[in-house]
Amino acid sequence: MTAELRELYQEIIIDHGRHPRNFGVLPEANHHKEGFNPLCGDKIFMHVQEKNGVLEKIQFEGCGCAISMASASLMTEILRGKNFHEAEELFTAFHDLVTEGSASEKLGKLAVFGGVREFPARVKCATLAWHTLKAAITDDAKEVTTEETI
Amino acid sequence: MTNENVTEMIRQPSFEQGGEGGYKRDFPILQQKIHGKSFVFLDSAASSQKPQCVIDALVHYYQQDHANVHRGVYELSERATKAYENARIKIQRFIRAAHAHEIIFVRGTTEAINLVAQSYGHAQFAKNDEIILSEMEHHSNIVPWQMLAEDLGLVLRVIPVLATGELDLTAYEKLFSSRTKIVAISHASNVLGTINPIQEMIKTAHAHAVPVLVDGAQALPHMPVDVRDLDCDFYTFSSHKAYGPTGIGVLYGKTALLEKMPPYQGGGSMIEHVSFAKTTYAKLPYKFEAGTPNIADAVAFAAAIDYLEKIGMQHVFAHEQALLNYATAKLTTIPGLRIIGTAKNKVGVISFVLDNIHPHDIGTILDHQGVAVRAGHHCAQPLMDRFNIPACVRASFGIYNSQEDVDALIAALLEVKRLFV
Repeated sequence: MTAELRELYQEIIIDHGRHPRNFGVLPEANHHKEGFNPLCGDKIFMHVQEKNGVLEKIQFEGCGCAISMASASLMTEILRGKNFHEAEELFTAFHDLVTEGSASEKLGKLAVFGGVREFPARVKCATLAWHTLKAAITDDAKEVTTEETI
Repeated sequence: MTNENVTEMIRQPSFEQGGEGGYKRDFPILQQKIHGKSFVFLDSAASSQKPQCVIDALVHYYQQDHANVHRGVYELSERATKAYENARIKIQRFIRAAHAHEIIFVRGTTEAINLVAQSYGHAQFAKNDEIILSEMEHHSNIVPWQMLAEDLGLVLRVIPVLATGELDLTAYEKLFSSRTKIVAISHASNVLGTINPIQEMIKTAHAHAVPVLVDGAQALPHMPVDVRDLDCDFYTFSSHKAYGPTGIGVLYGKTALLEKMPPYQGGGSMIEHVSFAKTTYAKLPYKFEAGTPNIADAVAFAAAIDYLEKIGMQHVFAHEQALLNYATAKLTTIPGLRIIGTAKNKVGVISFVLDNIHPHDIGTILDHQGVAVRAGHHCAQPLMDRFNIPACVRASFGIYNSQEDVDALIAALLEVKRLFV
């Protein structure tokens, strides 16, 4: 087992990957969005209960690799009670972490995703949940996909 | 072929480059280390690696022989033309086609199928006509027909796949109607490995006077193919899965069918006479080869076929069958591993799922141990739905693989289990 692999698959990621928190439907949700990674077929459904710009509760469903499931699971935990602006800031910080490895203190537990930067093919796995959430709360009608246009 | 015969053939390679170190020695790319480990390449079903002789043929062509074909009167143009046409003849003989003009050079299997769908389909099909496909098809043998169906108002009929990964032949026979216009099926499945009984299926189709297109991408590199014996109407394959370069492939078609078909693309080379009033088209195969063709890759593909013929396709088949049997037995010993596709006749392709560990995680961990496998839906989403899995891991073999490669795969999978359990 290489050091990079151990850093990628930290215990907390394996744990949340196998036993995702906040998994399932959320009847009180007032924002919904489906996200898709066409490369690997990973799918995620984000359900958000929002009141006055505050994310009161987030639940998700879907299937995917340990990285994408753990990312979604930990995201639903950290964003609970945050407002839109704070969520946006965390997304930016998270994105910087998985692409450049720059860890911001406000990320807390999410710092475990720092190992992803060594695996460029897996960045999309780590960010799918965040992209989907962002589209859900901005009620973006566009399809959420990890594919960028060239 | 019995297992003993297979083992015998592996101990006594018919080709001098086998033996110690196996055919791996012929492939420079396989000599490197990946993440500090010996490189174990188990993704030949996606694209095979290239032996030195193919790389040399490409270099030689560009260093010595290149000019445009069928045009110049000078030495090099003649040399290039001869090399290109000799490649066509080599492929004709390799698949036992009756005529060299039945070999149309295209970019690959995908373009070959699109060519038939667009040219043959537009000329021969009408609203409410039916096309028979199978549930195990690669997207490249689904989408071109879907596009045509949308265009003309056709109906796609799908042969179901049984739990073993074999086609439901009883259902197949019932799919024919007076409106059936073509059957398009793969010779071997890129996910399940199943070798379909295409000879029998072609007989059934012909009994209904329906032509058959065979997607041979996963079969041609791994077993002897005789298109006249199969009696298929079209056979398609790619060079890059058969140890040749990317960007070149073949559409084989029976003369009578190809002659009925209008050109696929217009341009230079595919014409006989052009005026603004009327253009007459060139004869086969040039009618379907508009523009300057991919000369260099055709020539290098011929070098790949030389390589395969020196080893002998029977030996290639036996070598990979032995690996398939060895790997299947070894993989079955891993608790929680389920093989997807357990047909009696398979090419060297094994897809599997392991516990509930996602294939991408498995792929990443294997990669770090130098083992390259495919993880995902393998361009066969309908088939993933059939087996109720979002994705799977696939290990596939080529002539360069050995039992040590399988052992490396098994060891790496046990590491995956250690990490996730």
